[in-house]
Amino acid sequence: MSTGKVVGSFTEAVADIEDRATLIVGGFGLCGVPEKSIAALAAKGCRELTVISNNCGVDDFGLGILLANGQIAKMVASYVGENSIFERQYMSGEVEVELVPQGTLAERMRAAGAGIPGFYTATGVGTPVADGKETREFDGRTYLLERALGGEFALVKAWRGDPLGNLVYRDTARNFNPLAAMAGAVTIAEVEELVGVGELDPNEVHTPGIFVQRILEGSDYEKRIERLRVREAQA
Amino acid sequence: MSASGADAPSARTRIVRRAALELREGMNINLGIGMPTLLADQAEGLAGVLLHSENGLLGIGPYPLAGEEDPDLINAGKETVTAIPGASFFDSAESFAMIRGGHIDLAILGGMEVSQAGDLANWMVPGKMVKGMGGAMDLVAGAKRVVVIMEHRTREGESRVRRECTLPLTGRGVVDRLITELAVFDFPRDGSMALVELAPGVSLSEVEEATEAEFEPTPGLTGS
Repeated sequence: MSTGKVVGSFTEAVADIEDRATLIVGGFGLCGVPEKSIAALAAKGCRELTVISNNCGVDDFGLGILLANGQIAKMVASYVGENSIFERQYMSGEVEVELVPQGTLAERMRAAGAGIPGFYTATGVGTPVADGKETREFDGRTYLLERALGGEFALVKAWRGDPLGNLVYRDTARNFNPLAAMAGAVTIAEVEELVGVGELDPNEVHTPGIFVQRILEGSDYEKRIERLRVREAQA
Repeated sequence: MSASGADAPSARTRIVRRAALELREGMNINLGIGMPTLLADQAEGLAGVLLHSENGLLGIGPYPLAGEEDPDLINAGKETVTAIPGASFFDSAESFAMIRGGHIDLAILGGMEVSQAGDLANWMVPGKMVKGMGGAMDLVAGAKRVVVIMEHRTREGESRVRRECTLPLTGRGVVDRLITELAVFDFPRDGSMALVELAPGVSLSEVEEATEAEFEPTPGLTGS
């Protein structure tokens, strides 16, 4: 099926995400996060979600909104600092966390989307990450077996997209989004600009529409900056 | 010690100054968050150097001018940055393919502890809130050369340069070079640790006193 991916509202886009669903969410820090889909999930109120995402937002933005609502039961991430609500819920046992090295997390998503059940990596050998994992030696070096990591739904954010689900990202807002798009059984893509079929240069498509099941345009993106750093102008 | 007089630069300044000598023209370099980021200016001044940011940018530029910041363009520390002419953007899997695949010539990271076998601990302290390892485990396992920069002792005066790390590891046998405010050590990966430089004004006995690890001074050892 290659038609009918455009949905009319964010409420509709997330309507079948139920309690205890597993979601893969794009973004790095607050950059490239699917802020409109997250807001719709917060409004829907589904609970006990397992969320796989590099980070967990800040207290009042990004995935932090779902945490504050008590909607997340488990986070799979590489770094969860910057979030005091997370810290409190983790310490009290409300939220379970599985920490995964960032490159391993990206590759596990890619593998899930690419039909590769597992892969070997040297990352984490001899560290707590290796606990309970199969190891194997190749050419004299030890590697860990890491498993693919997919989910029922993926929420991704792109700059531009078309009704076929083709996506183009902007600058470092790409990050985990193409991998999340591959790893979700149902991938919901929100874009800043939805253009007509044929308006995206096929040479410049980052995520081919085959990985996207639903697409819609968001408006009034906040795109919050987590750490503003500027330099002085030279005299 | 002579290097700790009132006018002497701070330990961090001395570490960063020495670490800058590790940078070479033409290198692809990943600078970790914290002290390593202070090397960005020197690195950007070297011909052909591309700074890698694991969130998907090769060719980090200076911080933007006020008003020119772009929420879509950040570094791995989540700070607003710019991209130099010739930069490229890519997704996180490709970014870590660069790291894991040995395409990054040099990674400079901060440390909490380094052992004499070249083990590094820099991501968690048991009993404290665990924030996560981010990309550090991938970087130390994958970069062609791993340089750790850290202060030689904790605030309590305990050696961070140890026989065995006491903190959970980031990587085992991964450190090529350790730079502290007192000395430079190399790890030839045979389990041994070599003292290759003394910081200006620092004596061998001072380093021995501050170091729990066992190390061998290299023949002809001098200050840098």
